[in-house]
Amino acid sequence: MFPRPIQQTSLTAQWMYKLALPVALILWLLPLLGVAMTSVRPAMDLAQGNYFGIPSSFAFENYLDVFRNSDIGSYMLNSFKVTIPTVIGAVALSTMTGFALGIYKFRSNLLVFFLFVAGNFVPFQILMVPVRDLTLDLGMYNTWYGLALFHIAFQTGFCTLFMRNFIKALPFELIEAARVEGVAEWRIFWYIVLPLMRPAIAALSVLIFTFIWNDFFWATVLTTSKETQPITAGLSSLNGQWVAAWHLVSAGSIIAALPPVLMFFLMQKHFIAGLTLGAVK
Amino acid sequence: MSRYWKRNQLRLAPWLFLAPGLAMFAVYVIIPIFQSLSISFYDWDGLGEAVYIGTDNYVELIDDEAFYISLKNNVIWLALYLLAVPAGLFIAIFLNQTVRGIRIYKSLFFFPFVISQVVVGLMFSWFYAPDFGLFYKLIELITGQGIAILAEEDYVTYGIIVAGLWPQIAYVMILYLTGLNNVAPDQVEAARLDGAKGWKMLWYVILPQLRPATFIAVVVTVIGALRSFDLVSIMTDGGPWGSSRVLSFYMYEQALSEYGFRMGYGAAIAVVLFAIMMVFISGFIWKMWRDETER
Repeated sequence: MFPRPIQQTSLTAQWMYKLALPVALILWLLPLLGVAMTSVRPAMDLAQGNYFGIPSSFAFENYLDVFRNSDIGSYMLNSFKVTIPTVIGAVALSTMTGFALGIYKFRSNLLVFFLFVAGNFVPFQILMVPVRDLTLDLGMYNTWYGLALFHIAFQTGFCTLFMRNFIKALPFELIEAARVEGVAEWRIFWYIVLPLMRPAIAALSVLIFTFIWNDFFWATVLTTSKETQPITAGLSSLNGQWVAAWHLVSAGSIIAALPPVLMFFLMQKHFIAGLTLGAVK
Repeated sequence: MSRYWKRNQLRLAPWLFLAPGLAMFAVYVIIPIFQSLSISFYDWDGLGEAVYIGTDNYVELIDDEAFYISLKNNVIWLALYLLAVPAGLFIAIFLNQTVRGIRIYKSLFFFPFVISQVVVGLMFSWFYAPDFGLFYKLIELITGQGIAILAEEDYVTYGIIVAGLWPQIAYVMILYLTGLNNVAPDQVEAARLDGAKGWKMLWYVILPQLRPATFIAVVVTVIGALRSFDLVSIMTDGGPWGSSRVLSFYMYEQALSEYGFRMGYGAAIAVVLFAIMMVFISGFIWKMWRDETER
């Protein structure tokens, strides 16, 4: 183990370490803690310049205020409308592409694979004008499904990389045995490989949920009105309305961050497994 | 039909499985890259007739000061963003212990990565806010004179990069934590018996084993740096006076914002950004290709 386990060092060092941990954490999360504190501060405190002192009271009504006096509820709903279909779509498509690239040996296999990988890395701006145009032509501009459709296509690149590597690590004998038995290829996919892919599907779903929930660029490019915009774009325009009303901005930020944060804490194992795929050989 | 299918099933099946995903990817990703390349040779407002103007957009770029500011900022972003790699390694080493509650610490350290960049941007705007922001107060305490980071042309880009580094370090940290978890214990023990410790141990024994994690960390950090858009848009909107623009933001501004709908010019900027990225992407792909074909 590296570094040397703290238990093997002197008692003073152990105490120092145990003290350093919370101090480091508080410093690390300082911007977050500050915003969390501000979100429950009454507006009056801010007006009087009490930014860091003890709040005169806990103003949880800031959160109610945000929900009542802004469209944050509908922004959140829009985010779900975009995110959930994207997760389903991208994962479904990539189980198939991953299966095709992980199981079959054909000449252009690696070429197609690296097409997906490379496409996944390109800057969004090179796609922006044509994708916006295409979405307009399809009559899907400023709709949740127009945005979701693009996300599905783009995320298929990353998901294929992930799924293909996962399937490649499965025991190939299983598939060979099934072929000898004369099982049709689509049955091999559906009844043999798909059940084994459950952990990969879980990991990808959590990751894609977070990525799409947090997307801001495409939300601003493909949606324009508050009836369709997801929370990231919504928060940005609310920020414009709430000039210097930091207690509202803070509460709104916390609300916007909540779903992916919950997702992360509930599915932590899968989330990290997905993120660190390939970090170990 | 059915006999044909039986005989050629193995040859056709992969393409049938690929078809939906590949079609979507082609329509929304591959083809648009070429369309953008082509649009960059036109003068087009997005609605009317596109007029072919050859390389005029690129010629205009050469004399565009805003373009150079964006390019310079991109270089600064890239250079400073790479600090996330050693910083993430440092935190990972710090947290790679087995004391009580360490798992909670690890997840809380990872926390910033889960949050949207929009929220990160707002948090740091608050942190930097003149007169009452925590950072402003801190500087005031030390030097007697606070600095409104986001309003100073000379500091603004660095202020935004720090905000970007926060989640990026968290990401790199989790990559290295996983890597450290898988370092071969027998090698570490053997090296320890040989008297290796501290920096030497890290450099000669640990880091070589962390190579896959380092590769991914560098890839995601480079891509992240060149993709920076959200934070610039949220924290400063490119300002003050365009001094915090980066290429991705400047492109958006030219093509889609209130400054006008210059799709062709925007596409030209995107092509430049794409070319820069292609240098890195080719490098990554080349390495991955080598790994694949060696196996």
